[in-house]
Amino acid sequence: MIQDNEVCLVPISAIARGGLFVGSVEIDAEELQTRELNDRLRKLMLAGERKVIIRNVCGQRYIGTRLYSPERHQMEIEVYGIPGNDLAAFLFGHKVIVHGNAQDGVGNTMDDGEIVVEGRAGDVLGFSMRGGTIYVRDGCGYRTALHMKEYEDKKPVLVIGGTAQDFLGEYMAGGVVILLDLKDQGHKASFIGTGMHGGTIYLRGSVKSSQVGDQVAISPVDESDREVLDHYLSGFIERFPMLGLEKDEILNSSFVKLIPRSKRPYSNLYTY
Amino acid sequence: MKSFVFPEFQIIRDEAKCGQCRGCERQCAFGAHTYDPVSDRLISDNYKCVGCQRCAVFCPRDAIVVQPNPSFYRSNASWSREKLEDVKRQAETGGVILTGCGNDKSFRIYWDHIVLNASQVTNPSIDPLREPMELRTFLGAKPDLMEFKVNDEEVDIATSVSPNLMVQTPIVFSAMSYGAISYNAFLSLATAASKLGTYFNTGEGGLPREMREKFGKHAIVQVASGRFGIDAEYLNCAAAVEIKVGQGAKPGIGGHLPGEKVSASVSATRMIPVGTDAISPAPHHDIYSIEDLSMLIHAIKEATNYEKPVSVKIAAVHNFAAIAAGIVHAGADIIAIDGLRGGTGAAPKVIRDNVGIPIELAISSLDRRLRQDGIRNRCSIIAAGGIRCSADVIKAIALGADATYIGSAALIAMGCNLCQKCYTGKCNWGICTQDPRLSGRLNVDIASQRLTNLISAWSHEIREMLGGMGINALESLRGNRDHLRGVGLHEWELDVLGIKGAGE
Amino acid sequence: MPRKRRGLYTKEICACSIFGAMNRDGERFSAAGVMKAIANMHVRGNGLGGGFAAYGIYPQYRDYYAFHLMFNGKTLQSQISAKAEFEQYLNQRFDVVYDEEIPHRSEVLLRDPPLLWRYFVSPRKKGEDASLSDEEYVVKVVMHTNSRAEDAYIFSSGKNMGCFKGVGYPEEIGEYFMLDELYSAYAWTAHGRFPTNTQAWWGGAHPFSLLDTSIVHNGEISSYGTNRWYLEMYGYACTLQTDTEVIAYAADLLLRRQRIPMEIVAKILAPPTWNAIDTMSEKEKKLFTTLRMVYGPLLMNGPFAIIIGQTGRLVGLTDRIRLRPITAATRGEMFYLSSEEASIRLISPEIDSVWTPNGGEPVICELNSKRV
Repeated sequence: MIQDNEVCLVPISAIARGGLFVGSVEIDAEELQTRELNDRLRKLMLAGERKVIIRNVCGQRYIGTRLYSPERHQMEIEVYGIPGNDLAAFLFGHKVIVHGNAQDGVGNTMDDGEIVVEGRAGDVLGFSMRGGTIYVRDGCGYRTALHMKEYEDKKPVLVIGGTAQDFLGEYMAGGVVILLDLKDQGHKASFIGTGMHGGTIYLRGSVKSSQVGDQVAISPVDESDREVLDHYLSGFIERFPMLGLEKDEILNSSFVKLIPRSKRPYSNLYTY
Repeated sequence: MKSFVFPEFQIIRDEAKCGQCRGCERQCAFGAHTYDPVSDRLISDNYKCVGCQRCAVFCPRDAIVVQPNPSFYRSNASWSREKLEDVKRQAETGGVILTGCGNDKSFRIYWDHIVLNASQVTNPSIDPLREPMELRTFLGAKPDLMEFKVNDEEVDIATSVSPNLMVQTPIVFSAMSYGAISYNAFLSLATAASKLGTYFNTGEGGLPREMREKFGKHAIVQVASGRFGIDAEYLNCAAAVEIKVGQGAKPGIGGHLPGEKVSASVSATRMIPVGTDAISPAPHHDIYSIEDLSMLIHAIKEATNYEKPVSVKIAAVHNFAAIAAGIVHAGADIIAIDGLRGGTGAAPKVIRDNVGIPIELAISSLDRRLRQDGIRNRCSIIAAGGIRCSADVIKAIALGADATYIGSAALIAMGCNLCQKCYTGKCNWGICTQDPRLSGRLNVDIASQRLTNLISAWSHEIREMLGGMGINALESLRGNRDHLRGVGLHEWELDVLGIKGAGE
Repeated sequence: MPRKRRGLYTKEICACSIFGAMNRDGERFSAAGVMKAIANMHVRGNGLGGGFAAYGIYPQYRDYYAFHLMFNGKTLQSQISAKAEFEQYLNQRFDVVYDEEIPHRSEVLLRDPPLLWRYFVSPRKKGEDASLSDEEYVVKVVMHTNSRAEDAYIFSSGKNMGCFKGVGYPEEIGEYFMLDELYSAYAWTAHGRFPTNTQAWWGGAHPFSLLDTSIVHNGEISSYGTNRWYLEMYGYACTLQTDTEVIAYAADLLLRRQRIPMEIVAKILAPPTWNAIDTMSEKEKKLFTTLRMVYGPLLMNGPFAIIIGQTGRLVGLTDRIRLRPITAATRGEMFYLSSEEASIRLISPEIDSVWTPNGGEPVICELNSKRV
């Protein structure tokens, strides 16, 4: 159980202000606690760095969260190792790429930007997400896309290559979730979309009506749905070239669409 | 003899609004309104009014107000108006004062001194609309521990399990006999019970033959001291059999259905001649000691081929926990306890108001006693007597009950306003009467819908409260006093209830 | 205030981290990796409790019960007299083959450490106790000691296994007891605690154990009052003021006394919903309905993730709607359970498979051979 000790790399920086030529900075996270790691990331952002690579990440939390700036600096962060909970929570427009699995809370209340996970994600993925895009190569856990919401032109999108566990899309209020089940394992989740009152879930394959909430209607996809699927599937394939996927083959499989029956699913419940 | 007693109620008619439609005259079986053709006016006789509010609710012009008679005597904390007038009534008649419904006196209501928990931070509250929230429960005896036969992948149950009643919600309709209530009211209870996945209790009036096939499996049939209407088919068509030893409204005394209420149909159901009084003796005359009860319980199990749980209903009185423990040893699968506030169609007022103990204290002490004796699993407890809302149900379960019986609440849902004149047989709402002119007013479809609405609404409220406590299955609340606190209670009351004071 | 009459209790609440590791071939390994793993989840705790359970650590005394005692008096003198009183009680009922202070590193400064002692014993049953099995006898003694004795608490009572726990971060507890130096086990579980009551006491840390069953638990049991009342009818005294103990006693009741298979026990503690049961085959429906009907009071409600340790196996289980996380992983013969995947990767960067089990479904890891 001895771990490879990566040599701490000397930061290389060859950046000209104004973005004409971009290099990248490396951080070795092996001895760093969450606080220190995020301190460094913030400093780098404020110094105008555009790309950071973090190695030997093991459980540090909130990576990418403390990166709000009124000037809207944008960074691309690559994570090697396994990031801790709440990766890119409240993300403000940056791009985070994880070369490995992620844990719980990825994209928690994400505002904008992009997250790519070359592996699986844990529970409450995309919780209360309100903008941006998340691509997960494998599957995810419980309560995915819980209370995802959209407003005006901000529409969050979550694309997952595998399947999810129970309570997918609980309380969903907006946005798009696509589950591709590329390994054809079948969707086994229950309580899908309970309390859903907005947004759309696309599933490649099928589900039984006993698996979805009372407020959810299952219907086939139409042309405009296929356009949406085409667009995000292209994005997915681009980000995970190692899978060697054929877009048309996937697009031609059967998909179902889950949408809420009503915006006010509980209007009959109360006595006034 | 001239009566010195004032009328209890005063009818006030707004003559400007009144359109002389004579609806009030038709509605009131007590004859409180009469039409005078000479003056083309409706005239009210306050002495006849019982305050049931039927006329006021049904007046198309909202012209009638029925209020307590404002005449009063000098205020006297000891001699309330009621006590004073009761003396006068008894001086006039020499009789026992009768009444109906449940105890209306101001004994402490413990439900209103118990508050519930809610989960925060350390334990999430659960949303009943979106996550599973389960109220299903089983009433009956459970084995202490089970044996299993395991071979490879197959698991079989090796212990035999006693029959249990499955209820979808912990609210059951309490015993109200056909005879005490009208056929339509009785049928409405049966219909609602079958829709809701719960049960109704036939009381000691039997189960009419035409109802047995459809409603038998939702019926708990009673074997009471008068043994009315009991034949082998009656016992075997039911879901459970309840031996009624006592009830909260009149512990220790029997019942009396006057001959006027024994119509042809009541007669056929109870299997007694038309017009005769139906008298239920105080004790079962074959139960003079606990071993006799054991014998009766087993006799009933034999008569029903051991396929149905046998319940014993007792009133909550002073040493009832010891009695109840004995009843469990005697073989009962369910114990129904009826507290101080239990209702009735007819009882002497002095007994109704003075005998018995509050059900809240009773549940707690029974639950504790059975656990101390190590026999709590051998029976389920159903609590009755003044359950008014879903919060009362939840508190009853947290104190140790498996389910609750509701009587008064069900009648109120159907229209009753607790005027306490059930024993007259003149119920204007068509509930406690055998007069077909009156009972025809109660439409079974509508009344059963009202009952279904009530129980559905309460069930939903219970789910919300359970979710608030971070619990998603009813079996995790039973006896879980951790989620209760007392407010404004004495030390001994907290002790008996087994709960802490709020803030502790 | 005379509240004791009501037999009331104050339940401590805690949130935490859990970790487990087992070698299926029965090869024993040091605690060093496990200590690192649980330290990695440092932020899930608040330093007021940590502990470990280890299986296979006393091979030379494998046939004797290893009692771990803490004597909690305020002064050394009172601790010593509590010890003397306990030993008098113990010597009347057991043959003590060997006893000593549990080795520890005093330089690791922990809050108010009790006097810690271990005894290797075998039962000497007399009179009416002669008809009890050894295990029943030990349970009786443990319940008696832990509910009656003022300052003596048996915190481990199995054979060839032991719990080590106290008030501190788990890595500190590991250092204090020199777990990485002195012991090797084929299975370890670990726990880091975040109690909301600052008056933490050593006995309140996890694991909780009875005989060879140990529990580490993350979450809060909202059905505690119900579970506790039910278990008390079967002779378990719930005195430790935390909800985890009901899980330990329920496991003891169902697994040891009733010999119910682990898969069924999981379905008692975390049963399927009625909606799911109603759609099962007739036979399964009857089985699961009966289980819920009879064992309803043992349903563990509220969020939980637990690792149950027993001789020869580890079991991970979460509540039926998976309100607490657990990740399972395998690498060759090694099996891991953890609140967070990162801790597993820290000690085993290469993993064969990793997954998050469904709520209410146990993950069971057993030794390849039954010989320990």
